[in-house]
Amino acid sequence: MAEAVAWIMLVVLAAYACAGGTDYGAGFWDLCAGGAERGERPRRLIDHAMEPVWEANNVWLIFLMIIMWTGFPPFFAAVFSAMWLPLALAVLGLVLRGGGFALRKPTRRLAQRRVYGAAFAVSSLLTPFFLGAVIGGIASGRVAPGVTASADAWSNPTSIITGLMTIGATAYLGAVFLTADAHRYQAPDLVDYFRLRAWCSLAALVVLALIGLPITHHDARFLWSRITTGAPLGLVIAGAVVALVTALLLARRALRWCRYTAVASVVLVIAAWGVAQRPYLLPTSLTVSQAAGAHHTLVWLVIVTGIAVVLVGPSLAVLYWLDTRGKLEALADSDTEQEVPPAEPA
Amino acid sequence: MHSALNLLAQTPPQTLPARQLMAYTLASHILLVPMGVALPFITLLAHYRGLRRDDAVALQLARRWSAVMAVQFAIGIVTGTVLTFEFGLLWPGMMGRWGDVFGLGFGVEAWAFFLEAVLIAIYLYGWRRLDPKVHFWLAVPLPFAALMGAFGIIAANSWMNTPQGFTLDAQGKPVHVTVQQAVFTPMFGPEYWHFVVAMFLTAGYVVAGVYAVGWLRGRRDRYHRLGFTIPFTVAAILSPVQLVVGDAIARAVFHRQPTKFAAMEIVWNTNTHVPEYIFGRLNAGGTISGGLRIPQLDSVLAGFKPSTQVTGLTATPEADRPTPTEATLIHWTFDIMVLLGTALLLLALWYAVVWLRKRDLPQSRWFFRCAGVAGAASLICVECGWITTEVGRQPWIVYQNMRVAQAVTSTRADSVWTMLGVILALYVVLFAAFITVLRKMHHRWRIADEGLARNRPVHPPEIVTPYGPREEAGMATGPSRPAAQDGDPHG
Repeated sequence: MAEAVAWIMLVVLAAYACAGGTDYGAGFWDLCAGGAERGERPRRLIDHAMEPVWEANNVWLIFLMIIMWTGFPPFFAAVFSAMWLPLALAVLGLVLRGGGFALRKPTRRLAQRRVYGAAFAVSSLLTPFFLGAVIGGIASGRVAPGVTASADAWSNPTSIITGLMTIGATAYLGAVFLTADAHRYQAPDLVDYFRLRAWCSLAALVVLALIGLPITHHDARFLWSRITTGAPLGLVIAGAVVALVTALLLARRALRWCRYTAVASVVLVIAAWGVAQRPYLLPTSLTVSQAAGAHHTLVWLVIVTGIAVVLVGPSLAVLYWLDTRGKLEALADSDTEQEVPPAEPA
Repeated sequence: MHSALNLLAQTPPQTLPARQLMAYTLASHILLVPMGVALPFITLLAHYRGLRRDDAVALQLARRWSAVMAVQFAIGIVTGTVLTFEFGLLWPGMMGRWGDVFGLGFGVEAWAFFLEAVLIAIYLYGWRRLDPKVHFWLAVPLPFAALMGAFGIIAANSWMNTPQGFTLDAQGKPVHVTVQQAVFTPMFGPEYWHFVVAMFLTAGYVVAGVYAVGWLRGRRDRYHRLGFTIPFTVAAILSPVQLVVGDAIARAVFHRQPTKFAAMEIVWNTNTHVPEYIFGRLNAGGTISGGLRIPQLDSVLAGFKPSTQVTGLTATPEADRPTPTEATLIHWTFDIMVLLGTALLLLALWYAVVWLRKRDLPQSRWFFRCAGVAGAASLICVECGWITTEVGRQPWIVYQNMRVAQAVTSTRADSVWTMLGVILALYVVLFAAFITVLRKMHHRWRIADEGLARNRPVHPPEIVTPYGPREEAGMATGPSRPAAQDGDPHG
């Protein structure tokens, strides 16, 4: 049962990496869009694309933590003790990001919009970096039960390279999705704009991976030895191939499919990491079965997840279905400011 | 108990900032919760009326309330995420030991919350293009999802108050976890209903208060009348319900958490014929200064007769009970909550009597003045009730099983103090910006309603902003939001 919950946890992590990651990437491109005039059109597309879904996408992170503390309490406590600072910084980033994005839309004045936009965009860069650094620290075996917070846990070579790669992956996902969005909105110039950025972020990811290989060889021996053989290696190669396919699809403007391949490549790499770590949650100090919570709770956690899939699944399907049919659109000022029929005195 | 005393003596220095940070972030978040839980319901009432009677004013109210909901829900997500992180950043000791015993409630809450986020997205973005009936019915599950989310959170909190559903092994670790028992703890029922009613009541009074102020300023049109009547009626119906439910939870605390009850009522020694103090201060030696003393009343309230025995604070060892200062604090918060709640009930009765006799709103300006501050009063009640339940459990984080000091993070105190400072500043800015945005929306709508919109000067560089969508010269998209590919998370 613990194994099943661990897999659910990995699926939720992958869902957050893809759904939330795309939004972080959109924020990254918002940051890089240049001045108010030059960046106007990309920013407008980013706003449009993120609006209806970013809140739901953020909920995956909350699930992840709940599954961590309900399913594997010692794992949760160890990660949050050892990784105190990056997680604290990540949560500050989440506040700035959500607040900035939510408040930018209803604000009118340019100066204020700039401040909110900057808060949103900068924290879209920092938050995934810190979350990635936490994963790097875990993967390189720096987190163990009883370890207290230290700078080494997250400011080590593996953490930094993982943090940078996380930024790269979000930028890649964001650019691919925005390319497809630009296509939907029939903005060919923006298709080219974001397509170029998708290729650039993919190239950056390749460079980072090449730098990362020798570094992790020394710094994260356990993970390195696992990920260079067997199933994990296969998954990594599959991920790389699918990423290459994405680049080709973008080149051929087959924009219907490129988001699926982009998501698949990220999921495959995360799956490779998960499989490589087996049977450890924290290599090499805490296994899945050691960290597992009470059996009865785990059974119920799976049941609750099942019920939730039945409940949330259809509503998510309705959301995306309505979205595909162009039925979802933000309330414009003209809707809330339209005149009401003659005001009768009460 | 000896080892517990040792632990108490070694309360780590980061406990204080951790408690302050948790208190501050929760106190901020809880102000948004009534709106998150109940604003969809109130909006749907107006929406229903609008559709049913073809009432353009009611529809306009529903549209504007959903515009407010959009911003408020986003801020609530942000402050809620902070709280989720704080379970790990501040209390890893509690989650590491008890996470699998009481965490399932959070699991239910998270999925309910996901459902809410999805449905709210459909509702907020469905106004323009969905068939009106379909749009309304897709939002109908929203209040139920909100109730489900509250279920999860209250299950976790009531477990901390009356933990059960496990046995301790030789090392003091919980084993033999029974989930049903851990979710449905003795305090769950009373806490849940008290909380849910409080949320709907508070949201009702807060929304009605906005229109009460407009009414006082002479804007006595049908828009303000309806905007006042719908939420105020919800709150007025729930006010007497809350009296009954609140009385029930006080008695549940008396039976299930006698030490907390003793602190709430500043009862020092266990006794019968215990007097009730309205306010007053509990001194270190057990004497009480100030306050209004009503003989016998506490015993009568707790058990319906003066001979009811009420457990005093001294029945619990000093290290295991709230300090006299904490007891005084929650005695005050409890009394403030009860007094304000009673005042709100009187206001609701005023409304009901006038309505039954004249089928109209009260004419008195004083009624609308009171209604204008009723929202603030009910928010104060929410804060007070929450302080009462949390401080009344001290020094325990899991009642009689884990002290706050045992749960706290091992991170150094100055790190936690720094984080407290940063979050403090960030929240001040966030809430100030939130209020500013709401006020601006309010201002724009008022100008539109007064027909001034057409005369409003247009400042091109300010209106045509570089961020966000613009309708006309957009991305050559035409009027509709074009199709996304199916099944993608980023449509």
